[in-house]
Amino acid sequence: MITHTGDYVLLMKKVFTKPQKGKIFWERLLDEIQGLGIESIGIVAFISAFMGAVVAIQTAYNIDSPFIPLSMVGWTTRQSVILEFSPTIISLILAGKVGSRIASEIGTMRVTEQIDALEIMGVNSANYLIFPKVIALLLINPVLIILSMWMGILGGWLAMCATGLATTNDYVTGIRIDFQVYIVFYAIVKTLFFAFIISTISGFYGYKTNGGALEVGQASTKAVVYSSILIITFNLILTQLLLT
Amino acid sequence: MIEAKEVNKYFGDHHVLKNISCTFEKGKTNLIIGQSGSGKTVLMKCLVGLYEVDKGIVLYDNRNFSEMNFEQRKSLRQEIGMLFQGGALFDYMTVEENVMFPLSMFTKQTKPEKLARVNFVLERVNLDNINHLMPSELSGGMRKRVAIARAISMNPKYLFCDEPNSGLDPQTSGVIDKLIKEITDEYGITTIVNTHDMNSVLSIGDTVAFIYNGELWWKGNNSTILKTDNKELNDFVFGTELTSRLKQ
Repeated sequence: MITHTGDYVLLMKKVFTKPQKGKIFWERLLDEIQGLGIESIGIVAFISAFMGAVVAIQTAYNIDSPFIPLSMVGWTTRQSVILEFSPTIISLILAGKVGSRIASEIGTMRVTEQIDALEIMGVNSANYLIFPKVIALLLINPVLIILSMWMGILGGWLAMCATGLATTNDYVTGIRIDFQVYIVFYAIVKTLFFAFIISTISGFYGYKTNGGALEVGQASTKAVVYSSILIITFNLILTQLLLT
Repeated sequence: MIEAKEVNKYFGDHHVLKNISCTFEKGKTNLIIGQSGSGKTVLMKCLVGLYEVDKGIVLYDNRNFSEMNFEQRKSLRQEIGMLFQGGALFDYMTVEENVMFPLSMFTKQTKPEKLARVNFVLERVNLDNINHLMPSELSGGMRKRVAIARAISMNPKYLFCDEPNSGLDPQTSGVIDKLIKEITDEYGITTIVNTHDMNSVLSIGDTVAFIYNGELWWKGNNSTILKTDNKELNDFVFGTELTSRLKQ
């Protein structure tokens, strides 16, 4: 564990340097935003809408006291989606989708000597391969998370319309009750931390791959497992720091 | 000229390279041969700096590579081209982008200048009209030739080839060998080829270094290799059914 941490820090030292050629960096960055971010929009929107719907339905079913207004359905859905579901659960899903992609892509480049080829040419391979992915995720993940928030709340509303458990008026009133912009800020801060974790941990395990196809698969698994563990851990730490 | 002086390399307790001293001459194809696991790939990786030598030095035209810092190595590496065993072409780039990559990274050439150079080196390795193909669409021999084109795109002074014939049929192997030899002669490059293919040894081996159990066991050329009485080398050279029959 200590050796891994040391290796990770040393690799990050190589990653966070000035790109050797700005134009190539921008091209790579746009490619990564497309591959890691834009291509994740579908899954993020789909999961968010359905999860928002489930949260809204469960809340509505559990309101059995006439003293609790139905607007609580909207309020609960909003709070659940913004505070926890979108930043944390979607980040965990992205750790699986994007993290495994990063680790397997870089790992395959390692075992097929493409990284050696970069090094021989005099390219800082860690910076060239990992840095654009880190920046891409830091830029695109907040966008994905905000989209997820919208889709979650929209999904909840659609579920209410479809089931008739609460009216649109109740739901929208609930969404607007005591809204604080700070909770969105809190969600974005968490998202940025998680994006950093996903990109650097996955990049690290991909870059350190040694062997063949089996090891690429193992690197991919490790990337997802360790990214998820760190996301859950930092979720607690950040919540404690930012909300109390 | 590249010189290895008393190069030693350890992996844990395993002493992989033992005091290897060897000179690789300019304008010649210098072959490193040996059985699998003898240490020839490790030697090549030490020469290009993919592995650090534990003891000894590597000199590139009297410039001590072992003592260079990152920036100095980066500068020297622009004089190095390397052909990897599997080609090591970047999967996500077309042939043209692969060959153009070092030019885009290290030169200030305009797009038309880079394109002209790419087309020139691709023609030099006898590949036409494949600029927009992806590496996955190429045959093994074509991949190797594209890799050679990429390796020579920056006009290197030193060319390293790690088992250029592995996975190729004898005829295509001959084409690759001929290409390496021609490029070496044409541009006066110091070429080092790591191989265990005896056809390559006999056809392009201007100098031949035989590595046995991590030691430099024998040094000669493609003429003297068949006349040596070195037992281990003879076992290696005449180890196949074909070569042993030829010997008889």
